[in-house]
Amino acid sequence: MNLSVTLPGVRPLTLNNPVLTASGTFGYGMEFASYGDLTSLGGIVVKGLSLKPRSGNPTPRIAETPAGMLNAVGLQNDGVESFLKDKLPRLPWRDVPIIANLYAAAPEEFAELAGILGSEDGVAALEVNISCPNVKEGGVLFGQKPSSAARVTEAVRIAARNKPVIVKLSPNVTDIAAVARAVEDAGADAVSCINTLSGMGVDVRTRRPLLANIIGGLSGPAIKPVALRCVWQVARAVHIPVIGLGGISCAEDVLEFILVGAHAVQVGTANFFRPDFAFELVKELPEACARLGVAGLDELRGTLKV
Amino acid sequence: MSQATSCALKVLDLVPFGQDPNTSFFALRLERPAWERWKPGQFVMLRPRSFGLDLPWGRPFGICHMTPHHMICFFQVVGRGTARMAQLKSGDVVRAWGPLGNGFAMEPDTPTLLLAGGMGIVPFVGYAHTHPKPWNLSMLFGHRARLNCYPADSINERIPLDSLHETGDGDLDNFIFTLRERMREYAEQSGLVLACGPTPFLRTVQNFAAEFGVRTQLSLENRMACGVGACLGCVVNTTDAWPVEEKRRWPVQACNHGPVFWAQHVTLE
Repeated sequence: MNLSVTLPGVRPLTLNNPVLTASGTFGYGMEFASYGDLTSLGGIVVKGLSLKPRSGNPTPRIAETPAGMLNAVGLQNDGVESFLKDKLPRLPWRDVPIIANLYAAAPEEFAELAGILGSEDGVAALEVNISCPNVKEGGVLFGQKPSSAARVTEAVRIAARNKPVIVKLSPNVTDIAAVARAVEDAGADAVSCINTLSGMGVDVRTRRPLLANIIGGLSGPAIKPVALRCVWQVARAVHIPVIGLGGISCAEDVLEFILVGAHAVQVGTANFFRPDFAFELVKELPEACARLGVAGLDELRGTLKV
Repeated sequence: MSQATSCALKVLDLVPFGQDPNTSFFALRLERPAWERWKPGQFVMLRPRSFGLDLPWGRPFGICHMTPHHMICFFQVVGRGTARMAQLKSGDVVRAWGPLGNGFAMEPDTPTLLLAGGMGIVPFVGYAHTHPKPWNLSMLFGHRARLNCYPADSINERIPLDSLHETGDGDLDNFIFTLRERMREYAEQSGLVLACGPTPFLRTVQNFAAEFGVRTQLSLENRMACGVGACLGCVVNTTDAWPVEEKRRWPVQACNHGPVFWAQHVTLE
């Protein structure tokens, strides 16, 4: 079964299959190389990169919750320079699209990062993180207002040369479709939705929050209904392709996202449930399609009966 | 690159250890995974199928021992995950990925002191059994549950083991006093010290390591989700002595940079 998918547009991006790994859940890729063939994936979205290295938040940074987890890692990363020098060259970027996820505290910094990554052959596309709930400045602040989301998108779009620009949206907004329309107008080639939901956990015995940061991002199967709703609303609001993510833990979940209008998906938290999850999911997709009697994802995409 | 793999393993049996009024201990015997090699001090992530979605994460376990046909893990019921694991039956299926982490230094000709606190005894079973010159090893073990709750006999078959049962006031001070004396002895003979146990115990060992200048490794047990370096939950802060300059005073993952660290390389919270 041919599962390849093209994210259509001015700068189209073709993937072997619709399964990408979500930023922050798959390291820089090589951490998972012994568990499966990286080139069998639709693409790899690497851990969020910033201009300078960031040490992230204090521990505890993660907590297990029913059907999910909370995290407040705070975008710890080695910085873009180290990524380009030590990590990207080790990845099989000629055979699988590597998507760089960007984080910055100001539109000018976003542009600088996009300029650096936009001239790298090994980077297939950029994903702009305007939705991280775990950092004090930037992050989700940009993603909460259509105008500021548009400003960041525009800055990245100009600096990124010919690379497709994907903007990752936050569900922690009143009207996600409005933000999606704003970034589309500002030149985004695609959107990915959703990032984590803002949440917290409490330990009654110690009377302390589960995370040192108190508040963190909720992810995992628990948020899948929210994610489906967001993808549904966004896919109807914009003409650019939507990459759906949030709680995917089996092949059928992928099909649900395709049905509500996603072109591709990202798998995130489930990579922590077992490190070969994404590889196994790719293998299971054809059979899941066959069970529904469809010959490919195009037959399903956006065909939700309402 | 890591040689770790992910596989489904059948439970062979689950054997309760000892009797303690407050807590329970189990040896979990699994089919042996098809790993080419492993080192004592490495760990494995286990996720029983029965965890379903309410317990999404696997749990890290120090590898207790490997026989030609079995992998033996050992655990104490301390939370939701281990409580669920205590229900495992022969034939149940557990997702396992490993071997993970770096393992302890093994220097056959160096006098080596093994220091364990409570469940920290686990990796030393495999260590004592695979060390080519066990006469160069000795062990000090401090514990709160009864001795028969732990796999101490298996170690004692191979090497001398002193154990101190902490039951009341003064026992801890006595243990720390003994610990200090033993570490001083090993410093004098240019020995190696390996420690595994709860963080306050490791901090004590770390302090004596600095005081006597004895080469010491600590095995950390931090909260983690993935075990492979991706979730960044298990980080520990490095010191100025960390070998890679740009990672000094920086959080590094305990799972794939450790779980075993030289004592002078990390800051224990």
